[in-house]
Amino acid sequence: MKADPKGVLTGAHFLDGDHACCEGALSAGCRFVAGYPITPSTEVVERIAARFPSVGGMFIQMEDEIASSIAIQGAVWGGAKAMTVTSGPGLSLMMEHVGLAAMLETPCVFVDVQRSGPSTGLPTMPAQGDMMQARWGSHGDYEIIALCPNSPQECYDLTIAAFNLAEEYRVPVMLMMDECVGHMTEKVIIPKAEDIEVTPRRYTTQKPGKYLPYQAGRSEIPLMVKAGDGYLFHVTGLTHDERGYPAMNAEAHDRCVRRLVEKIRNNARRIIRLEETDTADAEVVVVSYGITSRVAGKAIQMARADGLKVGHLRLITAWPFPEKRLRTLASHVKAFVLPELNFGQMFLELQRVIEGKSSCYPVPHAGGTVHEPEAIYQRILYAARHSRLKDKKEVAR
Amino acid sequence: MSRVNPVNQYLRMDRMPHIWCSGCGLGTTVNCFIRAIENCGYPREQISIVSGIGCTGRVAGYLKLDSFHTTHGRPIPFATGLKLANPKLKVVVISGDGDLFAIGGNHFIHAARRNMDLTVVCVNNFTYGMTGGQLTPTTPIDAISSTSPYGNFEEPFNLPFLAESAGAVYVARWTTYHVKQAARSIREAIQKNGLSFVEIISPCPTLYGRRNKLGDGLAMMKAFKENSAIVNGADTREVGLDFKGKIVCGKFIDREKPSFLDMYHTTMAERFGPFYEPYEGVQ
Amino acid sequence: MSDGKKSRGPRGVVTINAELCKGCGFCIEFCPSGVLAFSDTFNDKGYHTPQAVRPEACTGCDLCGAYCPDFAIFGMLKEKVVA
Ligand SMILES: Cc1ncc(C[n+]2csc(CCOP(=O)(O)OP(=O)(O)O)c2C)c(N)n1
Ligand code: SF4
Ligand code: SF4
Ligand code: SF4
Ligand SMILES: [Mg+2]
Repeated sequence: MKADPKGVLTGAHFLDGDHACCEGALSAGCRFVAGYPITPSTEVVERIAARFPSVGGMFIQMEDEIASSIAIQGAVWGGAKAMTVTSGPGLSLMMEHVGLAAMLETPCVFVDVQRSGPSTGLPTMPAQGDMMQARWGSHGDYEIIALCPNSPQECYDLTIAAFNLAEEYRVPVMLMMDECVGHMTEKVIIPKAEDIEVTPRRYTTQKPGKYLPYQAGRSEIPLMVKAGDGYLFHVTGLTHDERGYPAMNAEAHDRCVRRLVEKIRNNARRIIRLEETDTADAEVVVVSYGITSRVAGKAIQMARADGLKVGHLRLITAWPFPEKRLRTLASHVKAFVLPELNFGQMFLELQRVIEGKSSCYPVPHAGGTVHEPEAIYQRILYAARHSRLKDKKEVAR
Repeated sequence: MSRVNPVNQYLRMDRMPHIWCSGCGLGTTVNCFIRAIENCGYPREQISIVSGIGCTGRVAGYLKLDSFHTTHGRPIPFATGLKLANPKLKVVVISGDGDLFAIGGNHFIHAARRNMDLTVVCVNNFTYGMTGGQLTPTTPIDAISSTSPYGNFEEPFNLPFLAESAGAVYVARWTTYHVKQAARSIREAIQKNGLSFVEIISPCPTLYGRRNKLGDGLAMMKAFKENSAIVNGADTREVGLDFKGKIVCGKFIDREKPSFLDMYHTTMAERFGPFYEPYEGVQ
Repeated sequence: MSDGKKSRGPRGVVTINAELCKGCGFCIEFCPSGVLAFSDTFNDKGYHTPQAVRPEACTGCDLCGAYCPDFAIFGMLKEKVVA
């Protein structure tokens, strides 16, 4: 489906990432936003509050993030595309409802403009410390999708992608911005509406009485209905069967949760987006995401100028994590270097999937500012020098 | 026997019998609600029901309407999103005293302040039924609960007064003994524009009744009958509840105020003039 | 029925679905016409269930239905039952 032109501000703009995110939501067809002010995300909702009334959208400032994160889910079941916007402390409050969205399979978008934590931390300064919380923050087993823009243009593009993925897989999608990307102003091109691909909600064509809310079929993703259409359906955060009715036993739980997990894991290849540069013959690959990828780019240039074979793999999708691709790279890459604005979150995941087949080096940083390119550069040099050369055939054995 | 209870068509009979104890007032409240929506003038497809978590939270799952069983304390913000996305819906929240006034208290006062277009029915059984009978913000002073084993000493909320102060346009209280009045009030509340609130005092014989030596469900119902007084229009400051004391029932507040959506339209029409397309939801 | 002069018969009919009943007694206590009383028998769940001991007094008011927390009993006007 093409975007509704009403919300699309076609043209070349000079926007910060927060404002670009608002425009992305409008282009994606989002017409309901509930939020609570928090630096450095507030500009997103401020622009939404100004823009929505003239395009048939509804913005409401809720009493807190807990309310915001469930109001959007009510809106989705009422037929809207909806998102909420926050930063670390707010994301912490929203966690129970990330789980609810996963369990009810409510397509919706959570935008997190990351700042330094823990607690109130450095409200106006960047970090990437919410990556694990985005993945694991709610209790129980579930999967989400998380995207990491590194520019205002990508804040626009990936907001649309987030909505499309949410509809396609019926999952909460986390847009993991950071203070730098949110507040940096750059050129943002907004295409014509007819050039923007938008995934519509997938509604059932079955008649009321026949329809079962959680009958998934082979796609693993059930079709939706909305309130008011006569389906008289029930949904619950309790473990449920295909009818949407509570089913309080281990077998039903296995069936219910297994599908929530597998619908993402089995489609990981289609969901994951990466940007790779010079990885084919690289000895060292820098894995990065968000604002750090731009600093890493500079460090890689410096290392290449020294004649080192350094590749770059940028995680546009952080979750699901590109396990397969990284394992493949590990068969010829001596070492991975992963800089991030935390003390090693995605690094843990990298280490897990590499399973010792290559060396892995973190470039930890508490946040508050971005890395010095020099720090990443030094780590690349160190990695190149210290990693043992591997015999590919031996690994392949 | 082929005669069918007329309420069955509003119930998910494939889920019966329900989980509620013998003598619990929740089923009686459901009866009142069904009688209210039968006569409220809205087709059932247009009525959505949202509950939180608790014994009362299970109400949504037994009603054959579009029904949402959400998280503990949060049915009101869920209902807010549902209503705003699709203003044609009549959205009713039915939840417990703990759900709506402990963990969810903030959402209630803000929904009332904004005069959000919702009906909130609180089944007040003075306890956390689902989790085993702990103290709630409505447990009367001196009542025993599993977490106030020496008697409650915290001042409870007077819910009608709270609702009125926060801005609700319709406030009523009944007990499950008052089935006809309760059904009428819930109907009026649904027909009201803005935030309407109905408190239903209900027996939880299993946890509250037994611990406080109030007898079984029937004994509690008889006590509701004997101890209640109907005072329509009563000053809500005067209707707080004491342990085993008088229960003032009635319709206390019925006033007109523009609702959230009314104010939204007025504000945007003024600001945008001819460019404002009246918000009709997001279908 | 007691005076036996007019034998117009009951205006209402009460229907009991004993299997849903949990024996709370609400219907018996609050039936305004004294139609109901506990029976001696138990249902499958082990509850004493109500029976209509004075069916001829039933007005079909359905208060029993409104009170019943288990949707196990209801009253109806006789003319509606036929239809
Ligand atoms: C966030 C959260 N905290 C606590 C609980 C546990 N819990 C479930 S129901 C309940 C209390 C319900 O009390 P009330 O709303 O009065 O309903 P009742 O069972 O009395 O009808 C609690 C504390 C929960 N489910 N979620
Ligand atoms: S515990 Fe109390 S509130 Fe819950 S079903 Fe039993 S009687 Fe009702
Ligand atoms: S009110 Fe219902 S559950 Fe209670 S005794 Fe009568 S029929 Fe049984
Ligand atoms: S219908 Fe009325 S009179 Fe008849 S049994 Fe029920 S409560 Fe009694
Ligand atoms: Mg309670």
